[in-house]
Amino acid sequence: MKRGWRNIGTWVGAVIVGIAAFCALFAPLLVPHDPFAQDLGKRLLVPFWMEGTDPSHLLGTDQLGRDYLSRLIYGCRISMMIGVTVTIVSGIIGITIGVLGGFMGGRVDDVVLFAVTTRLSLPVVLVALAVVGLLGSSMTILMFTLGLLLWERFAVVARSTTMQVRNLDFVAAAWCAGCSRFRILAGEVLPNIASHLVVVATLEIALAILLEAALSFLGLGVPPPLPSWGLMIAEAKDYMFFSPWVIVIPGIALFVLVLGINLLGDGLRDLFGARSDA
Amino acid sequence: MLRFLIRRLVVALLVAATVMTLAFVMTRLSGDLAISIAGPNATQDDIAAVRKAYGLDRPVLTQFFDWVGRASMGDLGDSFFFKRRVSELIGERMPVTLALGLTGLVIALLVSLPLGILAAVRENTPLDRFVQVVALLGQAMPSFWLGLLLMIVFGLQLGWLPISGTDSWQSFIMPGVVLAFSAIPALTRLTRAGMIQAMASDYIRTARAKGLSRASILLKHALRNAAIPVVAIAAVQLGFMLGGSIVIEQVFALHGVGFLAWESIAKNDFPVVQAVVLVLAVIYVGLTMLADMLNAVLDPRLRGA
Repeated sequence: MKRGWRNIGTWVGAVIVGIAAFCALFAPLLVPHDPFAQDLGKRLLVPFWMEGTDPSHLLGTDQLGRDYLSRLIYGCRISMMIGVTVTIVSGIIGITIGVLGGFMGGRVDDVVLFAVTTRLSLPVVLVALAVVGLLGSSMTILMFTLGLLLWERFAVVARSTTMQVRNLDFVAAAWCAGCSRFRILAGEVLPNIASHLVVVATLEIALAILLEAALSFLGLGVPPPLPSWGLMIAEAKDYMFFSPWVIVIPGIALFVLVLGINLLGDGLRDLFGARSDA
Repeated sequence: MLRFLIRRLVVALLVAATVMTLAFVMTRLSGDLAISIAGPNATQDDIAAVRKAYGLDRPVLTQFFDWVGRASMGDLGDSFFFKRRVSELIGERMPVTLALGLTGLVIALLVSLPLGILAAVRENTPLDRFVQVVALLGQAMPSFWLGLLLMIVFGLQLGWLPISGTDSWQSFIMPGVVLAFSAIPALTRLTRAGMIQAMASDYIRTARAKGLSRASILLKHALRNAAIPVVAIAAVQLGFMLGGSIVIEQVFALHGVGFLAWESIAKNDFPVVQAVVLVLAVIYVGLTMLADMLNAVLDPRLRGA
């Protein structure tokens, strides 16, 4: 009974993520209009479910007359790119640190734990805002800043799972067979903790997407005129009291995508019997 | 207990020292600060004057030890923009952020404790599943967006609550709810898991066998044990909330520490930025220590650790 319900969630998540990945990959082919083309004569056209809509702009237009659906599709591309890149960067950092700490133990592990504690004490949003504010906002700076900040969950999970694996018989067998330390880490330990790390990765993608949206909303994330969903909400904020749909549409897109990724992550966790916490 | 405390204190001091270093490095990332402070129309002489006035002409290491030395004594320097002591500025703005954080935490606990207990008691029923869906939805909700939606509905259409400012306690309701959303999923899941574990334990069976009332078993025996991880996470969540309130303070125009930091980033006022990062990190470290101590009080088994 419970499994069945869980499975539905996983499938819903997989479908949402699948659609988002499709939109991200084929954005230029899917959009009905140029997402950057302004048409000041067609500002704030309403979406299809309201009266007085323009059939060529299904989701209406923004305050500069740009097609909202096209911007939404390109925004999906930005969100997915940021989510995946940030997760790759933070994954490389966190898994390296965590596996080393868990495998070596002792002083090395103390340093790893200290690094995680320090990272947790840093206010992420504030530090990311400050770095982007000082270096200037661009996609690259944003992705690397977030990647350098979001590795701690990877480190914690990689560390605890490595500790469980390192004392198992096949690792001992590899030692006896004369394998190098690197060979044991890459060949024996990593494949055995990979499923846990995949679950962490999905959660990190969702977190990175939410953070990017928040930073872009505050004006120090993705620079305009790129159609980041957070930036779309920020730009539409002045009009939200008269036309609430201008913030509702990108917000729902963001909410549904993050929900889908989390559903998929929860499903994978159940499937692998993995842990994603400390 | 004493050894445990001393150990924690040493780690906390090391973390604070590391954060001080990171905050310093972070604010020097952009290269020459004097150019950005002096503005786009400044001449070479202006830039040199700025550099001298703010002590930026000294070697970086001198600046670093100056900052560390003063900050350790509680002197966080002067703001470039406000022309005032940074500690005064933070002291003025902190009550708003603290009020917001505590409101958020209280709302989060008021929602997640009952939800978590209900879900645990009715494990694997539709009610339990409903609670888990709520947690999942909360996790996916972008806080700034929720804030804007609440403003439209409760501020504009219903007119129940003020949409910005800090004039009355009502001003803290919407931002508090939004901030609480970020903590509710974790707290609810933890309460549920803790209660399920506690309800399956021997002492609950004993309490049942003694014929204690259901309420007494739930609240006095099970909850007390389930509360241990919840208390720890609640303190940690408060730390995250104070750090994350920068977004919500901006949405609701609450002039707290987060808003101050946001303004200062826009104005290249780096003494304020590095100080706010340090203060928030120190508060977080303090809160995690407090959580450990609370745990030791609630659970005597942990005192020896």
